Amino acid sequence: MIQSIVRKNAYYDSVTLMLISREMKSIEGVEEVLVGMGTDLNLDLVRNLNMFDANLESITPNDLFIAAKFNEEFVTMEQLVESFEEQINRKKDASAGDYRPPTLRSAIDHLEGANLVQISIPGQYAAEEAETALRAGLHVMMFSDNVSINDELRLKKMAVEKGLLMMGPDCGTAIINGVPLCFANVVSRGKIGLVGASGTGTQEITVRIDQLGEGLSQVIGTGGRDLREEIGGLMMIQGIEALLNDPETEVIVLVSKPPHPTVEKKIIDLVKQADKPVVIDFIGGDAASIVDAGATPCLSLEDAARKAVALLRGEKVVDFDGFDASEEEIEKLVSGSAAKLSAGQKYLRALYTGGTLADEAIKYLGDHYPIYSNIPLTPDRALANLEGLNGHICLDLGEDEFTRGRPHPMIDPLTRADFFKTHVNSSTAVVLCDVVIGYGAHENPAGAVAASVSEARERLKAEGKDLVVVASVTGTDKDPQGLDQSIASLEQAGVIVMPSNAQAVRLVDLIMEKVSA
Amino acid sequence: MSVNELFKRELKVINMGLESFYEELRSQDVGTIHVDWKPAAGGDKKMASLLGRLKGL
Repeated sequence: MIQSIVRKNAYYDSVTLMLISREMKSIEGVEEVLVGMGTDLNLDLVRNLNMFDANLESITPNDLFIAAKFNEEFVTMEQLVESFEEQINRKKDASAGDYRPPTLRSAIDHLEGANLVQISIPGQYAAEEAETALRAGLHVMMFSDNVSINDELRLKKMAVEKGLLMMGPDCGTAIINGVPLCFANVVSRGKIGLVGASGTGTQEITVRIDQLGEGLSQVIGTGGRDLREEIGGLMMIQGIEALLNDPETEVIVLVSKPPHPTVEKKIIDLVKQADKPVVIDFIGGDAASIVDAGATPCLSLEDAARKAVALLRGEKVVDFDGFDASEEEIEKLVSGSAAKLSAGQKYLRALYTGGTLADEAIKYLGDHYPIYSNIPLTPDRALANLEGLNGHICLDLGEDEFTRGRPHPMIDPLTRADFFKTHVNSSTAVVLCDVVIGYGAHENPAGAVAASVSEARERLKAEGKDLVVVASVTGTDKDPQGLDQSIASLEQAGVIVMPSNAQAVRLVDLIMEKVSA
Repeated sequence: MSVNELFKRELKVINMGLESFYEELRSQDVGTIHVDWKPAAGGDKKMASLLGRLKGL
């Protein structure tokens, strides 16, 4: 039976509700269930699932609904509502006694010395709140997306005028004064400052710097569109200037996808004047202008971290495109992996939750053989052009097409678990994964990958086949999930864990070369 | 407060939106407050834009 209930004026955030929906789906007798606010997007999802009924006709985005398709022999709507109540109360327990002001203005009055507003409300409302924050002289970190580029420009201009940070929209990562914001890792404080337009790219560089024994002074996010022509790099420039003026920062790292040429010129001109060493990773971009500006270009995110550390320590700066392990150890891993595979196992499945990490993989591997992707290097390699599953695949599972009605795969591992089930089969040779831990991320993403790997292995075993899985963990031993525990649970499932995404990608390249030979 | 001034202060964060971000800041003993945010005018876009204009006066 299909039924829905509506609660007027009961607001909860989307991630909380999506995670509860997922939990409720596992109740016996429930075929489909969606808990959400009455937004157009959510109502479209309900219609697509054929669960729309008269109850939902006059709903507003301020009202909560539960829509379910279920077998009444096993469960009733009342029981589903009870399950919802129980879960929402459990989530609220930790901070139940905290005062929660109803508006930003009242929060500013209430939190003495407040200096930053972190915004992750739905995009159509986010710009107005950011403007209120900036007008009050507060810095802004905006995780919300779906904010117009005109609003972004207006807000960033206002921030620059007032000397404030406007990180975002769509900014997932920053570490200010040692505090990780949104999706960020717990790294040591130190002397390297970073400005990043790409979230997981920033995370990967910061954790590698931490692992190399150095730390970060400040990590400023800009949001992915900052280096477009329309925005003109306003926040990256603001960030660079702040780091140049910061006595704690001795080396500066910049990371983004290749900027628009006019924006690149502005940044390069600023870098030319810099009195501190600057390392630049314009992922896949041209190195010549970086060298001309007296800055240091990079081969990978890990290479950026290594070069920043070398510059800080006054050591020789060299390109790193190899492995931490010896040549013999790598050769052993490659031949051992190839030996596990049987005839007909020849395809790669790279299943990424981090966009920049996926980008790094496809740019390296896509040079060597055709890879089908939702972020293809050329339009003919779009996933839609792949016949069946006969080809190499690299996916950024955090892209919009995979996250409708679901939290980002860094929060909810279910999307990747589903792809393990549908896209890893007897023709798969190697699976490549990222595991991003830290604040904001799922409580145990490594455990989720390990479970998917074990399930896939079990499935292939029935056909007398095995599987090679290579991963890297973007995280530190200070993160809540723990780097060591994450690595251990992957290794227990037989995953080869490499020290960085770049090294994982290079190892996969060698294994695939061996397999195709 | 300029960016460089911010770098010298204790970070104090007002969180609007995902509660998990608030809980995580709280668990790290960061000074933080969570706004009990709801869409303005019950999500009625016309009314919200009218309210927005009134606020701008």
